Amino acid sequence: MSESEIIRPVAAPARPGLPLLAGRLLPWAAVIVVFFALPDRLTLGANVFIMALFALSLDLAVGYAGIVSLGHAAFYGIGAYAAAICAIHLTPDPILGLVFATIVAALFGLVTGMLILHTRGVTLMMLTLAIAALAAETANQAHAITGGDDGLQMPELEPLLGHFHFDLWGRTAYLYSAAVLLVWFLISRRIVRSPFGRSISGVRQNVRRMRAIGTPVWGRLVATYALSAGIAGSAGALAAQSTGTVGLNAMSLLASGTVLMVLALGGMGRLYGAFIGALVYVVLQDFAAEMDPFRWMFVIGALMIAVVLFLDDGLMGLADIVGRRFSGRVR
Amino acid sequence: MEYVTILLDGLAYGMVLFIISVGLTVTMGLMRVINLAHGAFAMIGGYAAAALIQAGAPFAVALALATLGVAALGALAELLLYRPIYRKGELSQSLMTFGLTFVVIAALTSIFGPGVRPIPIPSALDGMMNLGFRAYPTYRLFLIVVGLALMGLLWLLIDGTLFGARLRAAVDNPRMCQAVGVNVRLLFTVAFALGCGLAAFGAVAGAQLMPLDSYYALRYLVLFLVVVGVGGLGNFRGSFVAAVGLGVVDTFSKYLVPNAAPYVFYGLVVALLLWRPDGLMPARSAS
Repeated sequence: MSESEIIRPVAAPARPGLPLLAGRLLPWAAVIVVFFALPDRLTLGANVFIMALFALSLDLAVGYAGIVSLGHAAFYGIGAYAAAICAIHLTPDPILGLVFATIVAALFGLVTGMLILHTRGVTLMMLTLAIAALAAETANQAHAITGGDDGLQMPELEPLLGHFHFDLWGRTAYLYSAAVLLVWFLISRRIVRSPFGRSISGVRQNVRRMRAIGTPVWGRLVATYALSAGIAGSAGALAAQSTGTVGLNAMSLLASGTVLMVLALGGMGRLYGAFIGALVYVVLQDFAAEMDPFRWMFVIGALMIAVVLFLDDGLMGLADIVGRRFSGRVR
Repeated sequence: MEYVTILLDGLAYGMVLFIISVGLTVTMGLMRVINLAHGAFAMIGGYAAAALIQAGAPFAVALALATLGVAALGALAELLLYRPIYRKGELSQSLMTFGLTFVVIAALTSIFGPGVRPIPIPSALDGMMNLGFRAYPTYRLFLIVVGLALMGLLWLLIDGTLFGARLRAAVDNPRMCQAVGVNVRLLFTVAFALGCGLAAFGAVAGAQLMPLDSYYALRYLVLFLVVVGVGGLGNFRGSFVAAVGLGVVDTFSKYLVPNAAPYVFYGLVVALLLWRPDGLMPARSAS
């Protein structure tokens, strides 16, 4: 019957051909090349990975599940504080600290997600804002644990895996954050291609239809939100471990806005968009290091406006257009 | 008796919140745009008035000029920046308006420098007024009176005039409204300008309670959004109830439990939004 022809399942992604596979390995090859070619810019490289991981976490929530979070920095900040607190009070092992921070942030995402994810649209955005404000206020007031305004200093960490010291040039931090990013990237890719991932994309596109076909919408959203929070927590923990300090600005509204911009700049709902956005953003920020903070704010703001008005799908969308031009495919 | 003073303080604070936020409820309810730049328009008004007063203008003149100027600026922004994003999603809208806020903060700070921009209380409002049972600062009474007067005016405007009827119709169903011949685009521009003007007015009048500094547009943005969200999008009565209610609760908790005040405030907000996701008084009947 024609019914089965009309309602086709989403086509599974085709097996990548050789050129495509090479294209996919390229960013990771670049990571290795940069490690050897630019040994004095490795700290900057680690910052790119951390920002990419943070943007990746937001991509799962916003780009795939359609949960517009205006307070994602809360999870990042919680991860950073958890890593620092773990290092001070529990263990100086960096990997245990990372795992601890990830779990704490994911749990916070799970609990708040369970509370707020039955709402949608503007109400949901306000709730994410309000919860981020509560988290930031807690970090500010719990002076005994978080250091309040002064922030926290990380104590000396144990060498990674017992061998690799966190060195001055950031070699360990560079490879460490690249590895964590790769792990989370592979997990995320696996998830968004699974039936679960398809169903959360469905929820973004049409909640009512997904409800009608029996998808447990709330549960799927909560799970995605908690996962996203956990990844953001990992990013925060990496930032704390590689810079050695945690401050209140990790949780600020500015940080939440920045990561949204980074993701939109790169391109939403496509994982690699987070990488491109983070690369462009961090390198720009480095160039602007001598600028006073308000000039920098102006640049960020203007970028955000320009992305929305002129670059609908971010830089990855632009790359698509150029790529299609070159390959001569018409769509 | 002390509680009466706290209550009056809370009312004055709530009125300022109402004056600034009521414009936002119109833009978010009518145009369905996530407008995170509302605080920026308020801030422009406040900075402009501070500069005018510094140049020697009287308070009333500065207030009027700032209000009109920001209203004109709002109309321009609606035409140039907001029209292209009406059809884009919540995310694009929040990004664009967030970016606009950053640009405004950066521009104002580079022109006027960092730090607080003072707007002194005019001598007519400085001092205390005897209420019979106690003396109370005239300035805060002025805020309460202005807030109530504005509420009355808006009530007349929105429930009593043709413009108001069109506005309500457009909030309810913009397509149908357009189909029966209302120029919804013009209505959007006028309503947006009005909202921005009121934001500037509130920022200037309430500068003693909400000091104007570099981060004004971000710091109070969450407050304005919360008032609109809790009150119900597109409903000015809801905004009034939410602003005054939250203002009073916040002031009381700051006096009684200073350290826990943010928790009381945001906890209440989260509870209210979870209880009534569409706000206390949703503008549109459930469709």
